[in-house]
Amino acid sequence: MRAMQPSETLGATPAPLLDVRDLRVTFETPHGLVKAVGGVSWTLAPGETLGIIGESGSGKSVGLEAIMGLIKTPPGHVSGEVLFEGRNVLTMPERERRQLRGEKIAMIFQDAMSALNPSLTVGTQIAEVYRLRRKCSQAEAERRAIELMDRVKIPSAKTRVGNYPHEFSGGMCQRVMIATALALGPQILIADEPTTALDVTVQRQIMTLLAELQREDGMALVLITHDLGLVAETVDRAMVMYAGRLVESAPVSSLFDAPSHPYTRGLIRSMPRIDGASGALHAIGGTPPAAGRMPKGCAFHPRCEMRVDRCRVDRPVLRPMDRDHFAACHIAKETPRD
Amino acid sequence: MSAVDATTAPQVEEDHDRAAAITGRAYLSALMRDRVAFVSAVFLGLLLIAAAGADFLAPFDPDKANLRARFVPPLGTARDGGFHLLGTDELGRDLFSRLMHGARVSMSIGLLGAICSGIAGITLGVLAGFYRGLLEDLLMRAVDGMMALPSLLIALFILFVIGPGFGNLILIFTLLHWMVFARMARSLTLTHQQSTYITAARAIGGSDARIILTHLLPNMVSPLIVLFTLEIAVLILSEASLSFLGFGVQAPQSSWGLMIARGREYISSAWWLVVMPGAAIFLTALALNLVAAWARAITDPVQRWRWLTPPRGKNQPIDDDE
Repeated sequence: MRAMQPSETLGATPAPLLDVRDLRVTFETPHGLVKAVGGVSWTLAPGETLGIIGESGSGKSVGLEAIMGLIKTPPGHVSGEVLFEGRNVLTMPERERRQLRGEKIAMIFQDAMSALNPSLTVGTQIAEVYRLRRKCSQAEAERRAIELMDRVKIPSAKTRVGNYPHEFSGGMCQRVMIATALALGPQILIADEPTTALDVTVQRQIMTLLAELQREDGMALVLITHDLGLVAETVDRAMVMYAGRLVESAPVSSLFDAPSHPYTRGLIRSMPRIDGASGALHAIGGTPPAAGRMPKGCAFHPRCEMRVDRCRVDRPVLRPMDRDHFAACHIAKETPRD
Repeated sequence: MSAVDATTAPQVEEDHDRAAAITGRAYLSALMRDRVAFVSAVFLGLLLIAAAGADFLAPFDPDKANLRARFVPPLGTARDGGFHLLGTDELGRDLFSRLMHGARVSMSIGLLGAICSGIAGITLGVLAGFYRGLLEDLLMRAVDGMMALPSLLIALFILFVIGPGFGNLILIFTLLHWMVFARMARSLTLTHQQSTYITAARAIGGSDARIILTHLLPNMVSPLIVLFTLEIAVLILSEASLSFLGFGVQAPQSSWGLMIARGREYISSAWWLVVMPGAAIFLTALALNLVAAWARAITDPVQRWRWLTPPRGKNQPIDDDE
């Protein structure tokens, strides 16, 4: 088993805002240790939009939760390095880490309806961190809440600050959630499938809103999703995860034009296209491996149409394919143009 | 505004039905609409007034014996001309006045006992559920153990050692009843801790204390209120049993349980000495149970708009300015 070296860290140019090095997350379960994330390295530049794509259980959410410090230890174990402004957040004392959350890095969740406290008014929840950290008065906090609700385009914010989350629709709840995350003006916003629970028109509104806010504030956005369409539209750079590891990382245009990893190719082919031929969609055969029963060699080889003998024994590491384009596959060719 | 708002507009309208402001008057009118709960609440209110103001409101001195007015039946008039609504006892003391004074003891033991055991149990239960680990294991085994104890016997034993009395009764009730709250608080904590909003609160940098106090507890209020109300009823009944057995409140202080114990000797000739305090206990426990059901609905943040907003037709939802 070979880990990626920190020097192999992917991507971007000067002074990354967030530098993740060899992040590993394991869980103790009654059936033994389970690896959820097995050595992932990436960086995030200021103001960048990064998409993390993967199926359920591919470790995309867990990895980000580990960075936020939301994994309970035990049963979880987090190792590696996560450098934010040059400091390793994983070894920070809990107090400082808490200061970082909300202030510098904020996170929004998939199901906004359940991510809001049902017994507090939305105004209270939006202004909660602000009041806590800025030590301001109740009235000041409410003004701030209204301001934030206006920013995320909740209609008639003034009358709605006093409402409870159940009085809002799913899309509105997600807006409230975003307002909560924006309260302190974080530099990084992690969005864990922010639109999965919403219907399509509302999805678009939320993504437009996020892009707008990002432009205004210059914050970096990490978008976790399994929706390739969303990635294609909104993201600068995308990373594909499979079974707890990165399999491909590339600027979004390069990823869609010239996917190198067979898994990525499978994903893209299984997406309905408006310009393509109609008929049955492509499907990747088989299912992802259970976290406890990882196959030897490349984790994808049992499902791969192009596997060779080497894939069964030797785990591929990320290697450069093109400019800023990396893939972990033995058979992927450099700069393929197909 | 922009095109974004056009698609959100229908949603706003739909939301408005539920968004009517909830005021104190809404609680009152919701209570009036639920007749059973209303009658129970009125009964408990009167009982509280009677207990608190017994010194001024009681028609007779509850402890003053009047041998010329012994065993006057309910609604009877004594030979000295005094009218006794609920009759008199073996010493000629007015039963109604004694019930009012007894209510003071019974109600305050019920309330204080429930408050003390509630605070102890909820604190321990929430901590156990929140931090898990050894604390939880020890605490929950203790709870299991205590639940298996025959509480009346233990209470009798302890009271025998430390002596009866008001303060000791509260102490015993706290010791014997905290587990009920602890068990429920722990399980509620476990359920809510799984919810995304607790993770979300953590993700915006909330401390443990803050998460417990502002995010966890408010969501646990509704079931705990119900338990609290029911516990008051249970404690009033326990106090009655203990006083009946002579280990609770001591004369000349009086409580409903003690009154039943004293009246027992005369049950064949003066039934009202047992029936009246018995009825008081029964009605209070019943009223508390009925109010508990109402309180559950009204304190649930997601459900309460159903009860608190007036029925349709009376008050049409106001149109949005959008």
